[in-house]
Amino acid sequence: MLYRECGNFKDNYAKDMAIFPIPLDRWGLGIMLVFAFLVIPFTASDYWLSSIMIPFYCFSLAALGLNFLTGYAGQVSLGHAAFMAVGAYSSLILYGRYGIPLVPSILGGGIVSAIVGSIFGIPSLRIKGFYLAVSTLAAQFIIEWVLTHWKWVSGGVFGTIDVPNLYIFGALLDTPLKKYYLVLCIVALMITFGKNLVRGQLGRNWMAIRDMDVAAEIIGVSLFRYKLIAFAVSSFYAGVAGALITITYYGAANIEEFNLFLSFHLLGMIIIGGMGTILGSFLGAGFMVLLPIFINQSMLTFMERVPSNLRANSEAIVFGGLIVFFLIVEPYGMARLWHTIKEKMRLWPFPY
Amino acid sequence: MGRKWIFTLFALVLACSLILASGQVQAADEKAQFFGLLIYRTGPFAAGGSGMGSGWEDFMELRNMQGGVNGIKYAWEECETAYNTARGVECYERLKDKAVLFHPWSTGITYALIPRGTKEEKVIFSSGYGRADASDGSVFPWVFTTPTNYWSQNSAKIKFIGEKMGGMDKLKGLKIANLHIDVPYGQETKPMLDALAEKFGFTIQHFPVPWPGIDQKAQWMDIVRRFKADWVINRNWGVSCTVPLKEAARLGFPRERVLGVWWCGSEEDVLPAGPAAKGYYSANFHGSGKDFPLVKEIIDKVYGTMKGHMAFTRVGSVYWSRGIYIGVVTEEAILTAHKKFGVKVLTGEEIRWGMENLNITAERIKELGLEGFMSPIKTSCENHEGGNIVLFQQWDGEKWVPAGTQTPMNDFVWPLIKESAAKYAKEQGITPKDCK
Repeated sequence: MLYRECGNFKDNYAKDMAIFPIPLDRWGLGIMLVFAFLVIPFTASDYWLSSIMIPFYCFSLAALGLNFLTGYAGQVSLGHAAFMAVGAYSSLILYGRYGIPLVPSILGGGIVSAIVGSIFGIPSLRIKGFYLAVSTLAAQFIIEWVLTHWKWVSGGVFGTIDVPNLYIFGALLDTPLKKYYLVLCIVALMITFGKNLVRGQLGRNWMAIRDMDVAAEIIGVSLFRYKLIAFAVSSFYAGVAGALITITYYGAANIEEFNLFLSFHLLGMIIIGGMGTILGSFLGAGFMVLLPIFINQSMLTFMERVPSNLRANSEAIVFGGLIVFFLIVEPYGMARLWHTIKEKMRLWPFPY
Repeated sequence: MGRKWIFTLFALVLACSLILASGQVQAADEKAQFFGLLIYRTGPFAAGGSGMGSGWEDFMELRNMQGGVNGIKYAWEECETAYNTARGVECYERLKDKAVLFHPWSTGITYALIPRGTKEEKVIFSSGYGRADASDGSVFPWVFTTPTNYWSQNSAKIKFIGEKMGGMDKLKGLKIANLHIDVPYGQETKPMLDALAEKFGFTIQHFPVPWPGIDQKAQWMDIVRRFKADWVINRNWGVSCTVPLKEAARLGFPRERVLGVWWCGSEEDVLPAGPAAKGYYSANFHGSGKDFPLVKEIIDKVYGTMKGHMAFTRVGSVYWSRGIYIGVVTEEAILTAHKKFGVKVLTGEEIRWGMENLNITAERIKELGLEGFMSPIKTSCENHEGGNIVLFQQWDGEKWVPAGTQTPMNDFVWPLIKESAAKYAKEQGITPKDCK
């Protein structure tokens, strides 16, 4: 039986500490991984791989980064697009100008972004809530300004670094399939790492800070340390996501991609997907990135005869309506819907 | 119970639309030349995107009514980008199997499409925007900035200012403010203007406006009170184009001394400023209005049969006319390619050849019914610009009035283009094509 537990029966520590306590999750995840690694690459067209799946994974990773900070540690950030930009630019500089291999450059971009992120995280020690949001908003503007004006970084008048030919272990990374595997491997590793991070002491400290920082400090959680770690980890994820999407999707690092709208978008992803859940980052990214494309495509089918103006705008109307709908139906995000279903199933047919 | 029903209904609708969307078979007409239109009818720059996209569509609609280009009809599909690069790239990927020529209509999307187009043999036609150094066809064989790029445009602007002041020697000691939106698009002309300032002895100061540029009070105080500018170059985009006109009126700065980029020169940019816009100059690369025979034909045949793609009130506006212009240039490229490769549906390489060997003469323009609308274009393997003339126009409070033309300072701009393109080629490991 997949979820016929009908109660909590854990008779050893290993079971209690399992990442996925119920078989449904274990099997489901396994099937999804097989699907992602073996089925999608060989059935999906290049269009699906390169412009649906790759951006979806990258934005999920960025949303996950923000989720660590906002969902787990309770610190709002409106500067995550800028941290993505830092990752994108620095990884391209490392790869293109210093000839560092691809994967270390991507991670290096993440590390640079983590350093920048923790610097902007310092104010979080003294300011909270809305005030912190405003100070991270400053991060967005400052980083944007620096990246456009520091000519050494952006390399000339166009403020853009183009992605050179990509080689990984001597092999040219040119087809969407190869890029898809690069993104998938990095994302899968980082998700595993992230999932374990939030299960461990670090994650529990973050949650303690989120739920009540004074109480957390009293029981011995160092606010300074853990808030900064939250900023660092979160911007590391954002930086890697920025580097990946630039390298595999945009093809050029351009600051205009990483504007304030994207920061709000990322925040929207985790709010709709579910704050403080790993799954929520994926659901939210899917909602914000893929749904508009599907709406757009289905509009083409349904509304062949409708004036194109109305057709284009109806995409925004439908999308906006769906956001409101989901937030009314489940204010805690789509991940909570799944969670509720699962909890019900575990006790079925004998609910309390 | 109600909620359950809503859920079921919603899930069903979503599922149906997904199935329909994925299983959607495009009725691709084998005999049609297909174009993918990356336009934006939504978002902050919808005024520009909808105008240009609809203009092009109206033009193609007219040609289809007349039987197509040499009998080959146009087919097209719109893809909404909302001026967002991620969506733009998705649109390109969605349409690239069918289309061979793309107008990205956005700086960011152009940057993203240049390497893709080059690799996948798709023509990227960034008409008057995008990278200025892409005019060098030996390094960017697949990119066209026809008719003129930003750098050439700015050298023409300086000439225009010189003429208004009564001669190029009068530029000496003049103070010109470059008011630009602080994104790469806005900054692109800074080194160019600095070099020109050195050459002609005027003072240039750059005033960055933070994105999206709705508030420009501080910059204008600086420009008018502290810097005491004689001329202001308005290099903005979308809503930030209109703000300078209002600010200039507030501070009593003459609008006759404000000169806009050609993305700040449409009815949509000046009408919101009301009377404050009167006297404002802007650059352009084509005419506007409803008086040209071809435009009259479109109004008569396309809008007359209710097949227009835009509200009729906006027909004849600058952005709509830009769509017509794009349509005409693209069609001339098709005709040129038809002459060499025979009448058929063209491939990327064939249409690229057509773009590279464009020769739109004054007679041809007259024949098209566009006399006074556009200037001759002649491209070559090396020169992907080909226009060589920048038009100027002035807003008289009701419509745009032509205010003369200028040729760019080619001998000054082209070495810079060559230098920048060579740098790009080196970084990207491209061997420039031999165009001799």
